Amino acid sequence: MRQPIKSWGNLASVEHDVATPAFREDAAPLLTTLLEKTGSALAHGLGRSYGDSPLNAGGGLLVTRRMDRCHAFDTATGVLRADAGLSLADLHVITVPRGWFVAVTPGTKFVTLGGAVANDVHGKNHHVAGSFGHHVRALGLRRSDGTLVDCAPDRNTDLFRATIGGLGLTGLIEWAEIQLQAIASSDMEVENIRFDHVDRFFDLAAESLDWPYSVAWVDCLSQGASLGRGIFSRGRHAPDGPRLAQPASAKLAVPLTPPISLINGLSLRAFNAAYYSRPGATFAGRCHFDGFFYPLDGVHHWNRVYGPRGFYQYQCVVPPAVAREAVTELLARIAASGTGSCLVVLKNFGDVAPAGLLSFPMAGTTLALDFPNQGQRTLALMADLDRTVAAAGGRLYPAKDARMPADLFAAGYPAVADFKRHIDPAFMSDFWRRMEQAPTKSKQA
Amino acid sequence: MTGQTVVILGATSAVAERYARLHAARGARLVLAGRDGRRLGAIAADLMARGAAGAEVAMMDLAAPAAGFDTAWADMAAKLGGRVDTVLLAYGILGDQKAAEADTAEMARQLITNMTSACAWLTVAANHLERQGQGTLIAIASVAGDRGRQSNYVYGAAKGGLALFAQGMAHRFAGTKVKVLTVKPGFIDTPMTDGLAKGGPLWATPEKVAADIDRAAAKGATTLYTPWFWMGIMMIIRNLPGAIFNRMKI
Repeated sequence: MRQPIKSWGNLASVEHDVATPAFREDAAPLLTTLLEKTGSALAHGLGRSYGDSPLNAGGGLLVTRRMDRCHAFDTATGVLRADAGLSLADLHVITVPRGWFVAVTPGTKFVTLGGAVANDVHGKNHHVAGSFGHHVRALGLRRSDGTLVDCAPDRNTDLFRATIGGLGLTGLIEWAEIQLQAIASSDMEVENIRFDHVDRFFDLAAESLDWPYSVAWVDCLSQGASLGRGIFSRGRHAPDGPRLAQPASAKLAVPLTPPISLINGLSLRAFNAAYYSRPGATFAGRCHFDGFFYPLDGVHHWNRVYGPRGFYQYQCVVPPAVAREAVTELLARIAASGTGSCLVVLKNFGDVAPAGLLSFPMAGTTLALDFPNQGQRTLALMADLDRTVAAAGGRLYPAKDARMPADLFAAGYPAVADFKRHIDPAFMSDFWRRMEQAPTKSKQA
Repeated sequence: MTGQTVVILGATSAVAERYARLHAARGARLVLAGRDGRRLGAIAADLMARGAAGAEVAMMDLAAPAAGFDTAWADMAAKLGGRVDTVLLAYGILGDQKAAEADTAEMARQLITNMTSACAWLTVAANHLERQGQGTLIAIASVAGDRGRQSNYVYGAAKGGLALFAQGMAHRFAGTKVKVLTVKPGFIDTPMTDGLAKGGPLWATPEKVAADIDRAAAKGATTLYTPWFWMGIMMIIRNLPGAIFNRMKI
């Protein structure tokens, strides 16, 4: 069925031939049909990737969200095997009451297992647990020639490492087996600490290494003596308490896209000042994991607040030796531009060998924030930020990207040549087309 | 609520599967009836992983069970040790209206699948619950059964007939511990409706419909429109004068 599909950034509506298999056994035949019709295909989960990596304009899109069945869950060992379309939200409904939680979770629970693998997502515990791919025990990869390859750290290892973080380009992930972590409770013990300058972030991060989860929110508009002020948040799973998959509270939603972006310099300044000063900024106590890990999931379709033109997300990582200088420089550029988003995230990654060939996380500091799409102005600002990232020897996260220059990608991901040997010839995405077509020059999305 | 026993007729339907998951999470034992053994097997494994105490497959053509309705029912009840707390009748076909208009055999086939066989299952199930002295019987009909429309009156007549049948049963068991719930869903985003244009506020997810059914059954309700706003929509549709209704192309 021909259908327009958007990614989370709402930058463009793109026509695809869409197939949505209801059962895993339907995936292979539907994939064949898509390929006969359009010549290329890409798996698509819940569409939380921001840019063009989940899109395949004019080609086939195999939507996995109805393939959401568990094959087996061993409540003694915490090993779970399921179809690729199972979301982390639904997974936790199954596992949390029985004392298990994903080993690594991104900032939204509305991602599928397949998407978590294909983007090798990371979370607030990277410094102790690595990325999602480190906890994948096996996966079933359907290639366009019809074969189903059983990949694991000890079999078909090369294809396994290419598929972890491989942006869906190595084939269709049909199922995955993951190792969960044991939890005693769905509650978290949390400490929020206000800091008045980005320098203090690095001190707090260094002091918090024994906390499994840590992250900071940053006021991207503050300048000078309070450049990069924010709230450092650290947490751990509570040693006792209830085991509830969901907190007991109502959901909000942004029902439709407003005609203009609700995020502008004025609203942002007001929000950031209020958020920084709110009593919760120094909260220490307990809360349900949902509020700690997924604050934005409480507002369905929050991406609509940026209006019909959509938004870009910019997420980079820079190595530890230059992190302080580079992050300070990035924040200064953003603050001077007066644009940015309410949710700016700063986090230190640990020194963990990457799980996949194209895995984003590496030792250093990662900065993530949204920019409302204001056309050339926004692209120019991000090109400025690119220069700092490139000079620092850092890289950008393809799952968030809709505009990075191909040379920055190539410089940031030295294993890309090795990766290319494992790409399935029939799988393609708009992101990959962009990286292949523009070998040196930056190109507007 | 733990230890419940549930029979699902048409267990591969999207709504039925979501409903079964709610019971699985509470540790129920389930029998899953349907035609496709591989799909039923995948669903059974999933329900076990979700906490079901048992999930057995009963493979058959529900529109025409080879063993006959009585024997097929007895076999399923036996898998649950003879005690059946809840029965969900969820199978059905959308059917091709134009084909049914042109071909009496096709028209009859659609009515048999969606109504006649369904009423046979309700009969054997209701008699079982009556002998037990309690239980809940849930039939999924449709808002399409509330008024005949040119675009789908064969489907509508079958679902309307089923709803009338279940309503009569609810009357038969009024004041007893046997509950009969007729469910009238609107548009649901499932594989069955993939041929229709989707999107917009009228479309509901199978999860939402399953949760509504679960709540209504727990309350002992006899009729459920899901999502709730269909009750208002169908009240208007039912009461539109023929002179106006017949000029509408719906």
